[in-house]
Amino acid sequence: SSNEHKLNFKKSKEACLSYIQDALLQKQWKRAAEFLTCYVESLEKDYSREHIGPSEMIWRIGTEILWHHSQSSMKEFNCFMEQMKTLGVKRYLKVCLEHVFHLLCNGQIDEAYQNLSLAESWRFGEQTAIQDKEMKLIQAYRGLLDYCSWSKQKNILLEHGEDGFADLAVEQEMHGYFRKAAVNLKEIIKIPGVWDIFVKCYVDLLEFYGDHNEAHQVLNEYAYNSKFPANPNAHVYLYQFLKRQGESKKSLISALKILHDIVPSHELMIDFNTMLQKSSK
Amino acid sequence: RDFNERCAQCSEVNWGLTDGGRFYCRSCHNVTERTREVVNTDFITNSRVQTISKALKKQEKTDGDCEWYICEGFQLILKKQVEALEALGVCPQMKDEILCNFWRCYLQKSKQAYCKRPAGETVKALSVCESSTDVDSDPERPSLLHLLSLSESEGDLQTDCSFASSVSKVSESTSVYSGSVDGSLYLMKNQKEKLRMTMPMTLSFCYMALLWVREPITLSELLRFVVEGHIPYLNVFQHFPEKMKLCGLDLKIFCVESWPVYEEVFNKMHELAAFLDLPRFPDITESCFLHPDMLCMKYLMEANLPDELHNWTCRVVKKIGIGEVDFLTLMPGNKSTRKVKYDVLAAAVIVVVLKLLFLLDDHYEWLLSEFAEERNKNNTEGGPYFEFKKWYEVVKHSLDVEQKKLDEERAKYLWRCEKPLFYSVKNKSKVLKRRQMVVNLQNQFGKLSGSVQRAKKPNPSSFQLSWSEENTDGSCFHGHSLKGILQEKRGLLTAMNPDYWLCTVKLCNEKLCGHLAHYREVEFPQSYHFVLGLFSFLLRIQPSYIHDEVCMIEHKLFNKKLCKKLKYNTVLRK
Repeated sequence: SSNEHKLNFKKSKEACLSYIQDALLQKQWKRAAEFLTCYVESLEKDYSREHIGPSEMIWRIGTEILWHHSQSSMKEFNCFMEQMKTLGVKRYLKVCLEHVFHLLCNGQIDEAYQNLSLAESWRFGEQTAIQDKEMKLIQAYRGLLDYCSWSKQKNILLEHGEDGFADLAVEQEMHGYFRKAAVNLKEIIKIPGVWDIFVKCYVDLLEFYGDHNEAHQVLNEYAYNSKFPANPNAHVYLYQFLKRQGESKKSLISALKILHDIVPSHELMIDFNTMLQKSSK
Repeated sequence: RDFNERCAQCSEVNWGLTDGGRFYCRSCHNVTERTREVVNTDFITNSRVQTISKALKKQEKTDGDCEWYICEGFQLILKKQVEALEALGVCPQMKDEILCNFWRCYLQKSKQAYCKRPAGETVKALSVCESSTDVDSDPERPSLLHLLSLSESEGDLQTDCSFASSVSKVSESTSVYSGSVDGSLYLMKNQKEKLRMTMPMTLSFCYMALLWVREPITLSELLRFVVEGHIPYLNVFQHFPEKMKLCGLDLKIFCVESWPVYEEVFNKMHELAAFLDLPRFPDITESCFLHPDMLCMKYLMEANLPDELHNWTCRVVKKIGIGEVDFLTLMPGNKSTRKVKYDVLAAAVIVVVLKLLFLLDDHYEWLLSEFAEERNKNNTEGGPYFEFKKWYEVVKHSLDVEQKKLDEERAKYLWRCEKPLFYSVKNKSKVLKRRQMVVNLQNQFGKLSGSVQRAKKPNPSSFQLSWSEENTDGSCFHGHSLKGILQEKRGLLTAMNPDYWLCTVKLCNEKLCGHLAHYREVEFPQSYHFVLGLFSFLLRIQPSYIHDEVCMIEHKLFNKKLCKKLKYNTVLRK
C-alpha cells in the first residue's frame, strides 16, 4: 500500500497532462506550452499498452497550442506537423489530412494541394492498405481542390467568352481539372457516408458537361441507398436538381416525401405544401 | 589511510583511491595495481583479501570500454551522495570514516568483495551464444525476460521484449546483456539472502551514516533534499566515467523512475543495520537534534504554533517515556522494540498535544477560539491569546499556496537525463532519434512558454514554512499565549478541556496488516485531518503514518485508563 502514492514517471506525466488540459480549456496557451515542454519526454518511454500514446497526445495538444498561440507562426506550425508525421506511421495520413485542413483554414490552398499530392503518393507496406480510408479522403479532398481550380478556369472562360475571346489553353486546363476531380469525387461518394460537399461538386461537374443521367443516378443513390446515413441534405439536393431539370410536379413531390418525414420543419416544406395543395391530394 | 606500504616511486605513505578502486600515491600520482585492501576496522574481522584487481583490471577493449562491476557503480553513487551531503554541511568524517566502512562491511558480508569467493560461484556473465542444441550446464538458467522482470524498476514491456529478442539474435560470444560484467548475475541473485543493493538502498546507507553521526537531518528531510535535487539520486549514473558503459540490464538496476518512499528507505536501513551486525548506535540524548524535545521545537516553529506548547510536548514525551535514551537509540537486530521514526514521532506528539488542549472535535476548538477572540478585542495588554481560528486561516492559506506549488513542480518534473540510454546497440539509433525529437520539441515549446523560465533549484533549507515575528499583520503565532485555555489545578497547569477522544480503541497488529490503525476507513473531525495534513506536507509522507504514531502515543498515554475500560467517548463517528 505504500506504493500507491509513490511518485513516479507515469503519475507525474498524468498530472502534467491534466495541467495541460486545464490550460487549454482556459485558453492559456503559454501555460499549456510550459507544461507540454515538460511532457514531451514521454516520447522516450513506451506506452504501447495505453489507448492513446504520448505521440498522439503531443500531436493534438501541440497543434492546438501552435494554432492559437500569438507568437507562433505558420512556418513553425508546418515544421511541427512535419515532425509529427514522422512520429507515428500508423497515423501518418491522418496527420497529413489535419495539416491540410489547417492550411486551408489559413488560405494556403497551394500548399494544401501540395501536401495532398505528397500524401497520395505515400506507400508504407501493409500500412497503406490499413489506412485505406484516410487515403480515400485525401484523394477526395484533392479532387475537391481540383474542382475549385476547375471552377476558377470555368469563370475565366465565361468572362473571356463575354469579351469574345476563345481561350483554348484555359479550356484545356479546365477539362484537365474536371477529369482529375471527377475521378476522385466519384470514388469517395461510393462509400457510405456524409459527403455533401463532394456530392454537390460532382453533380455540378456532371451537369456542366451534360451528363444528367449520371447526376440523377448519383443523387438517387445518395438519397435513397439505405447504406448511407439519413441525410436531409441529400433530398434537398435531389429536389433542387429535379427542379432545375424541369421535372414533373409528381416527381418533385415524391422527392420531398422523405424530407418531410425526417425534417418536418424544413423550409422546403412550404413548397411541398403548395404543390400538394395544387394537386388533388 | 589504511594502506601502509611505501610508494614504490617516492617512498611516501600517502594513498588515495582512484575511481576504479586502485590505490594511487597522492604525492607522486603513481597508480598501483593494488586495489582497496582492508586492514582492521571494528566491523570486519579475519577477512581474507581477495584481490579484485584481477577483475577490476581495466582491460582496454577495442573501443576503450572497461570491465566494471555493479557494486563499483553503487560505490560511485554513494560517493557522490555523501559528497553532496558534505556540501550541505554534514561533517566530513561521514564520508571517509563512517560510510566508507559501512560500505566495505556490506561488500564483505554480501560476498561481493573482501572475501574468499565461495566455492563454485563463478563470476561468469551469461554469454549469449548458447544455441538450443547446447546442453545447459545449469538447467535453471533463467531466460532473459525472467531477469528483466526480476528488477524492481518499472520497465516498459515493449522495450523489454524488443531487447530480449534483439539480444538473442546476436551471435557474439561476449556478453551483451549488460555493460557491466555481472549485471545479469546481479539480478539473478537471491535477494533475501544477501540484501541485494538497489538505488533506494543507497539512501538507506546515507541515512544510516547520518544517524550514526547524529547529524541534524531527519529521514524526511533527507528525502526532500533528494527530490529537490540537492542529493544525487535520479540519473546519477550519468556521472559514471566514460569507460563504464551502461546498457542493457544495468539500466534495470540503476535507472529508477520513481522517488523513494519513506517506509522503504526506513525499513531497508534497519535491515541493513542488522545485516551488517552493527552494534548499538551512538546514544540519542536530550541534547540531540533527533530527540523529540528538539524536533518538537522545530516543528512547532514551522507550524506557526505558540512556543508555550513546547512545555506540553515535553510533558507528554516524559510521561510516556519516549525521551529515554534506550527508547530512541537504535539497536540493530532487536526485533522486539518498535523502530523509531524520529520526525514522525515528534509530529505525532504535537498532534496529541493539540488534541489534549483543543480537543479538535470540530466544535470545542472554535469555541475556545471565540473566547480568545473576545478577550483579544477587549484587552490589548499583555500580548494576544492564541486564537485557533486565526491560526487555521493563516496556516491554511500558506499551506495551500505551497501545496499548489509543489503539485505543479511534480507535474513539471523532468525525469530523463541528457545521457541517452539504450538497452542494446540495436535500438541505439532509434533512441538517439527520439531524443533528438524530444529536444527539438522542448526547444520549440519552451520558447512559447513565455517569460516563465524553469525555476532554479531552491536553496536547501531546513524550514519550508517560515513565520516572522516582525510581521505586523499578526500572522506569526509563536509568541501567543495559551492562557485562555489553561487553568491551574493543584499548582499544575492543565488544560481546560476535560475530554479526549482516541483515534482508535484497539491497535492493529502492525506485522499482520502493516499499520497500527486505519486512517482512511474512519471519519475523523476536519480539524484533525487538517493538522495531519499540515505535518504530512512538512514531512512529505502520507498522513496515515502520522496517524499510526498518534495512535501509538495515545495508547501509551492512556494506558492505565484503557486497561480499566474507558467509560466515555472513544472514536467519534459521524
